[in-house]
Amino acid sequence: MVADYLGGQFTAACLKVGTSSFADFLATSAPDLLPGAGTAGPAAQPAAGPGAGGQAGAGLPHGTTIVAADFTDGVIMAGDRRSTAGNLIAQRDIEKVFRCDDFSCVGIAGVAGVGLELVRLFQLELEHYEKLEGRTLSLDGKANRLASFVRGNLGGALQGLVVVPLFAGFDEETGKGRIFSYDVAGGRYEERKYHAIGSGSVFARGSLKKLYTDGMAEDAAITACMHALYDAADDDSATGGPDLTRHIYPVVAVVTEDGFRQLTEDEAGEYAQAVVTERMQSPGGPIAPLRQATT
Amino acid sequence: MPFYVSPEQAMKDKADYARKGIARGRNSVVVTYDEGILFVAPNPSSALHKVSEIYDRIAFAAVGRYNEYENLRVAGVRFADTRGYQYAREDVTARGLANWYAQVLGSIFTESNKPYEVELVVAEVGEAQDADQMYRITFDGSVADEHGFVAMGGQAEQVAGVLKQRYATGMSVGAALGAAITALSSQGNGEGGINATQLEVAVLARGRAHRSFRRIQGARLEELLSQVRSGGEAKAGTDAEGTGGAAEEPSPGDGTAP
Repeated sequence: MVADYLGGQFTAACLKVGTSSFADFLATSAPDLLPGAGTAGPAAQPAAGPGAGGQAGAGLPHGTTIVAADFTDGVIMAGDRRSTAGNLIAQRDIEKVFRCDDFSCVGIAGVAGVGLELVRLFQLELEHYEKLEGRTLSLDGKANRLASFVRGNLGGALQGLVVVPLFAGFDEETGKGRIFSYDVAGGRYEERKYHAIGSGSVFARGSLKKLYTDGMAEDAAITACMHALYDAADDDSATGGPDLTRHIYPVVAVVTEDGFRQLTEDEAGEYAQAVVTERMQSPGGPIAPLRQATT
Repeated sequence: MPFYVSPEQAMKDKADYARKGIARGRNSVVVTYDEGILFVAPNPSSALHKVSEIYDRIAFAAVGRYNEYENLRVAGVRFADTRGYQYAREDVTARGLANWYAQVLGSIFTESNKPYEVELVVAEVGEAQDADQMYRITFDGSVADEHGFVAMGGQAEQVAGVLKQRYATGMSVGAALGAAITALSSQGNGEGGINATQLEVAVLARGRAHRSFRRIQGARLEELLSQVRSGGEAKAGTDAEGTGGAAEEPSPGDGTAP
């Protein structure tokens, strides 16, 4: 066998006929590199102290609110920039929305460290598959793959290292934007129209419910997401609003037929400024009509 | 053990065997140009590639037995992705990959009865043309650091000879493609080779962020070839690259998608 004369088990593993999945490859050839390699062992147990079945993440930075909404050409995802550790602000300008590949993006809520690693591995998983197979995974394939990654963190989640992603992408087969949410057990749920995750998600979802309309244009959808994040920050202390003094604005990703695009700081700033200006007049934001206009 | 075979003889036999196998296939060339690195291989198949992406700024070209170099390509992607995941993306280099391939091929050559009948080029596009790196790795694990252009295959020397006459630093992509096609046709690699369906062409584009590998195929390749034929080579470079951003090529490999 090849393994004998190449010296180095890793090299031998590289040459073996096998999986197109990078995570599966690591699991068999370099398992110590996989996230969670340190959390499953007894070393992580003491963190789950007396009377608690999962407080390991209590003092760690947590990412908060992510919103997503579809629109005519695709899908928008936006995330606030705050991470919190307990009642402290851990970071003011953390980024929690990422490009997965040309046609998808992911946002994370929960323990930031675990989430960022999850995203890094997921991005690489998609790229690796694409390079080996010469084609990209379908959007459903990507969403399912992410579900198994989330499930892989179940042990960590039970100890308190909870993280859940929100996944969105442009489905090249149907020509539409689609949104997927997850639970810690790896349950994958396709969401219609819009969704939000994280500590401020209750408020963001309520806000989007009133602001979302079918067939929105891109700028309207971005504005709706900005309002939703503003409302989340308004009522949830762990969600950060637009920071005009430091020029820190939500990260906004747009995924369409043309691919993934992240708004520049200036572009996002314009939307954020507009929302803040509007709230100066009407702190509660746009007022939804009480009765549907009949025409 | 019936007969004694001297190590010199055994190595020579293996080398002859590998050379013969490689010489049965066609030659391929890799040429640097002002905006990147160009890969040209005569290849009637649009699905079984001889040129592929390894990492952000690194690509791989091979000649020889398909199953063997495909195996090495997959191994290279795994190696590069693991290293990039373990450290950082900029820590994956063509030099590291070339050395690793050399170890792999060297071990196979000395310790296996049957050597791999392949020849590889690992190329990395740099910030400027003088920072481009190209390594040619042969079946016995020898590595050569090449500059400007490389030819692979049985008639590599003759092809390289023609390329040398036509190559100039800072040439456009059209001029580079013209030189590559002339060099390849000179050794019977394709009178038919100038036909777009018979050529596999890819570039590592210098200016691209993140993943710089792009295949040039279909209409864009036809356009480039017609410019080469009509001699409008100087113009070809700016045109082809200028539209690179807007008339986006599909992602690597999905040339079969509608």
